[in-house]
Amino acid sequence: MPIGLESWTLARPEIFLAASTALLLVYGVLRGEGSASFVAVATTIALLVTAVLIFVPYREGTAFASLFVVDRLTGTMKVLMLVGAAIAIPMSRAYFERVQSWRFEYPLLVALSALGMMLMISANDLMSLYVGLELQSLALYVIAAFQRDTVRSTEAGVKYFVLGSVASGMLLFGASLIYGFCGGTAFVQISRALIDGKAGELGTVIGLVFVVAGLAFKIAAVPFHMWTPDVYEGAPTPVTAFFAVAPKIAAISLTVSVLMGPFKPLFPQWQQIIVVVSVLSMALGAFAAIGQPNIKRLMAYSSIGNVGYILLGVASGSEKGIQAMVFYLAIYLVMTLGTFAIILMMQRRNVMVENISDLAGLGRTQPMMAFAMLLFMFSLAGIPPLAGFWAKLYVFMAAIEARLFWPAVLGVLASVVASYYYLRIVKVMYFDEPTEALDRTAFGVTRAVAFAAALIVAVFSLAPQPLSLVAAAAAKGLFP
Amino acid sequence: MTIGLGHYLFVAAALFTFGVLGIFLNRKNVIIILMCVELMLLAVNINLVAFSAFQGNVVGQVFAMLVLTVAAAEAAIGLAILVVYFRIRGTVEVEDINAMKG
Repeated sequence: MPIGLESWTLARPEIFLAASTALLLVYGVLRGEGSASFVAVATTIALLVTAVLIFVPYREGTAFASLFVVDRLTGTMKVLMLVGAAIAIPMSRAYFERVQSWRFEYPLLVALSALGMMLMISANDLMSLYVGLELQSLALYVIAAFQRDTVRSTEAGVKYFVLGSVASGMLLFGASLIYGFCGGTAFVQISRALIDGKAGELGTVIGLVFVVAGLAFKIAAVPFHMWTPDVYEGAPTPVTAFFAVAPKIAAISLTVSVLMGPFKPLFPQWQQIIVVVSVLSMALGAFAAIGQPNIKRLMAYSSIGNVGYILLGVASGSEKGIQAMVFYLAIYLVMTLGTFAIILMMQRRNVMVENISDLAGLGRTQPMMAFAMLLFMFSLAGIPPLAGFWAKLYVFMAAIEARLFWPAVLGVLASVVASYYYLRIVKVMYFDEPTEALDRTAFGVTRAVAFAAALIVAVFSLAPQPLSLVAAAAAKGLFP
Repeated sequence: MTIGLGHYLFVAAALFTFGVLGIFLNRKNVIIILMCVELMLLAVNINLVAFSAFQGNVVGQVFAMLVLTVAAAEAAIGLAILVVYFRIRGTVEVEDINAMKG
């Protein structure tokens, strides 16, 4: 089948990113060790240019014999993901330079995984879904183990690889069953087979369960979350920051496009699964983080909890629910990047520290940094008028409109429990006696990210309208 | 007795189950886990090719080719990470992978 020019035009951002990554890889290999800083800047610019290319000029449709789809939802998710990836690269520089691991491969692996995520978000066929997912995962396994001279980072890599490949295997087994019982791998073929009743219902549902299990692994939802705390703790901190935003956005977007696309006819079946997964994630995120001394581990549980709220939006299965999901992801991106920027600034005598007790007395020694952290914690806890409150409000409103009363009530209760550990960090910063003050850092980018994120979180309530309109327009992509 | 689609699916499901069980019950060596992952992917390939043959539809075979390629890449990366880990720890026993717990 010939592939028309239209296909190449639709995939322009992906092609641009792939080509620039390949060129920069050649440059890095030829120039050797000294090229890391240039490659990092160039990759960041390439990621941002890719984000711009998605909407300027904007086009939509399906490409490559409907393997690939572009609409407002995929465009918005790609932009969010690319912004997360682009910010994560400059934030990592100071950290990796200190541990002498600042190599040009790091930004390129981030860009390659971002390319995989773009393919995942745009997947419109089980085959392109699988290839995109693997391109993303293979790059992520490597960057988890990037600090290859420490036990913790390599162990995080081993664990992530083993559990990630099990998840891919499950997803693939499900995909093979769906292919067999629906007679095709394209999303349109699957949904047509399901609507016409030609599909073997039982086989398809079993396949769907495997696929959902694989995806739940990738978004770290309970009961497939067990890799998250170890990988988040063990991976180098800037890598954890990247893991907490970009892959999450991509995997959630993929989950939505699978569930709301080909499997829309099976909505009653998958809604139960997603509701249970969502409630369990919210509960685990709230309770398991309570006793954590390590702040990266705490953020891992926090991210599990946040995935629970996002899935509640997905479980509503309505346009409002998808809008709430996009809205939540955008705010989650800002809060998480900000929090990790603060964590990256936590060092004492030039050594990174990552215990919550190390923050003691920060309110007196570094009031600006402590205040930014306070804003993030209040926002993650969902306290009005900060941005995190609006995110939760939209999700709960969507859930209630979809008559998911009990999950919404449990979600509010979980968020009350979760605010305990967020507020404990604030208490440690402002009311505990300082043991020894943290270093005053002069990181340009990290500090700028922290304060910009804090500003957005603080003043978001003055104008929540634009983001809500963007989210509504994105949700229209699924509900034309 | 003619061998039908059901037989192929049964073999694939059994292989897949052995793979998953091997990963979760194995307490010895990470290399065995890598082998079990390969077993899972091969089970998927049997499924894909069997469906493809019985439906007279070539998509499954194309998919199987993609799976083979990606599985090779995955094994390469897995072994590379394992080598890096072995250099530091000097062991790839599953029980020893415990620097972090919680």
